[in-house]
Amino acid sequence: MYFESLAAVWHMDGHGFYVWLAYALTALPLVLMVWLPLKRIRQHWRWLQAEQRRSAAATQSTAMGSDV
Amino acid sequence: MWTFIHKLGSPPWFFGFSGTLVRWLLPVTVTLLLVGAVWGLLVAPPDFRQGNSYRIIYIHVPAAVVALAGYYVMAFAGAVSLIWRIKMADVTMRAAAPVGAVLTAIALVTGAIWGKPTWGAWWVWDARITSMLILLFLYLGVVALFEAYENKTAAARACAVLSLVGMVNIPIIYKSVDWWYSLHQPASIKFTGESAIDSSMLYPLLLMILAFYCLFALTLLLNMRAELLWNHRDSGWLKQLVGDI
Repeated sequence: MYFESLAAVWHMDGHGFYVWLAYALTALPLVLMVWLPLKRIRQHWRWLQAEQRRSAAATQSTAMGSDV
Repeated sequence: MWTFIHKLGSPPWFFGFSGTLVRWLLPVTVTLLLVGAVWGLLVAPPDFRQGNSYRIIYIHVPAAVVALAGYYVMAFAGAVSLIWRIKMADVTMRAAAPVGAVLTAIALVTGAIWGKPTWGAWWVWDARITSMLILLFLYLGVVALFEAYENKTAAARACAVLSLVGMVNIPIIYKSVDWWYSLHQPASIKFTGESAIDSSMLYPLLLMILAFYCLFALTLLLNMRAELLWNHRDSGWLKQLVGDI
């Protein structure tokens, strides 16, 4: 650990604003870059599951219809 | 080796393989990024001339390095797609473009923030900054060009050509610090010979570069998986996979 106190970490001898701004502006897109495709994958997966239930229900109802 | 390459072209196989890879890469990437950031921000000593502002190097350089490496991936996939018409190569090319664009943007933004306390200006039309800006436009161009075409086969071909033509820019970025009088310093890390950077600063930097490579691989695979799920929504293998789980 180079710094002596939390305030020193924050201040960084006057460069704190630049350093923390740079890290914040990096962290945000990095998180989005991983989170957005994960969300898309989950949505597509749910859509596929729903689609499968729909088609299963459709075949079942036609099968029942043919009995009558 | 050839069977492995052959398998990569098969969406069902790739989907299973990338799923396993992603489950490993996600925790590894997060851990490397956190360790690297804490090391660079809190543990590494300050630079004797720049003070603490130099700590931006731990995100600026890795983002720039991987943005360039990502361009090779995109252009190579574009070449494969043009020559052999392999669908998976299209998917790879398109998945790499937004990742590369974000990394290039991060390199530019953190560079601007670093430039202010170091050079006294947010932005200068320095050779390296300008060529990196062109890299950003190339990445964004590939994303936009694909959206512009109704016919997606033609779109993929146009994107592949654009990414290959854009390759010209890559050696310019590398050599910009030697060819022009630039505010950027020449390369400090060398594969051969002594690096001009102390090991207390070099190790966290190398760790962060590794972390950004992992991040690139992870986001590339995630984008490809999202794309494959949608493109193959009517395929038998995917329906079976959804039904099994």
